[in-house]
Amino acid sequence: MSAEAHTSTEYIKHHLQNLTYGQHPDGTWGLAHSVQEAKDMGFMAINLDTMGFSIGLGVLFLFFFHKVAKSAAVGVPNGLQNFVEWIVEFIDSSVKGSFTARNPMVAPLALTIFIWVFLMNLMDLLPIDWIPGLASALGLPYMKVVATTDPNATFGMSLTVFALVIYYSIKMKGAGGFLGELTLQPFGKWGMPANLLLEGVNLIAKPVSLALRLFGNMYAGEMIFILIAIMFSGGAVLALTGGVLQWAWAVFHILIITLQAFIFMTLTIVYLDMAHQEHH
Amino acid sequence: MNINMTLIGQSITFAIFVWFCMKFVWPPIVSALEVRRKQIADGLAAADRGKHELELAAKRASETLHDAKLKASDIIAQAEKRAMQIVEEAKGTAKEEGDRLITSAKAEIEQESHRAREALRGEVAALVVAGAGKVLRREVNAQAHADLLEAIKNEL
Repeated sequence: MSAEAHTSTEYIKHHLQNLTYGQHPDGTWGLAHSVQEAKDMGFMAINLDTMGFSIGLGVLFLFFFHKVAKSAAVGVPNGLQNFVEWIVEFIDSSVKGSFTARNPMVAPLALTIFIWVFLMNLMDLLPIDWIPGLASALGLPYMKVVATTDPNATFGMSLTVFALVIYYSIKMKGAGGFLGELTLQPFGKWGMPANLLLEGVNLIAKPVSLALRLFGNMYAGEMIFILIAIMFSGGAVLALTGGVLQWAWAVFHILIITLQAFIFMTLTIVYLDMAHQEHH
Repeated sequence: MNINMTLIGQSITFAIFVWFCMKFVWPPIVSALEVRRKQIADGLAAADRGKHELELAAKRASETLHDAKLKASDIIAQAEKRAMQIVEEAKGTAKEEGDRLITSAKAEIEQESHRAREALRGEVAALVVAGAGKVLRREVNAQAHADLLEAIKNEL
């Protein structure tokens, strides 16, 4: 959607709304055509764009990596295999560096997080109106390209990681050990309520910070792209400035998207490592 | 930006992706890497071994060469000694042979001269007898004075 047709506020709001499918208050099912309609759908609705892009990118990632894995040759590797092996070794050394227990699930988990988040973030570098413009030409009211700017996606991942943390905490330390860790430190058994409060916050903060960090970074980056895009409708000088700014921000953003994917992966490894270890 | 079913959908999607990655992507790649790492390590070890063996072989070769040189010079020295010996022997033999030849030649000369003297003595005796016969013709009887003539002949 070009900015001429809207006020700036509408343009921004339009870009921040997901393509939501759900039940209208009147009982019919369909796409939400306004921000309010999407809000009214409540929990029983689904963001088609987030799901579509994330699944699409995830399948793309697994397709290429699986292709290499199937034909993984021991001899001289070709280009794609080189690239994949480079990433796999990078992830492997990261996992070996911060994960001390033995668990065959952690490294593939880290690989999936890193590549998937990176690819979803990478969509941020596409010029901001290309895909939404195409979607509106196809009659879709909204289209949000970057799945990681949807808290559903980031919380979806971080809550899964959180579930794994809880699962492995209980599996490794037993339910008693896990509860003890929550209630018996740092003040001993007489400070149980304070312990529970402190450790509980500590525990809950993990998935929340994990999700919000990624979401916040990508949301802010997206917002800056949107603001820069508004400049394109403000005359030749502003448009030129906007072009330069967009290029500069995109270059800087390459660092951010990689860094955020790496941080999400590393923290996941660290949290799972903590879940595998006895504290005292 | 509402929290809705997408949250659960994303969780499930994520879980499936991780499962797939863990099942079909990670293990083959890592095992291929491991096998290749081992192959390279083996290759390097083999190269090291080969180099070491080459060094050993070179050392052995130079030792053998040294031995051969020593042996060759030994043989040469021996051969020279032997040659000298042979020459000495030959000299000795030649000298002996020469001496022997000289001795026999001398003996022969002695014999020859003896024989010639004998013959000369015989002839002179006959000549003397003939002369004396001519002079004495009648007085001297060759048969009667044979022992006298023989004594004269022996004195010549």
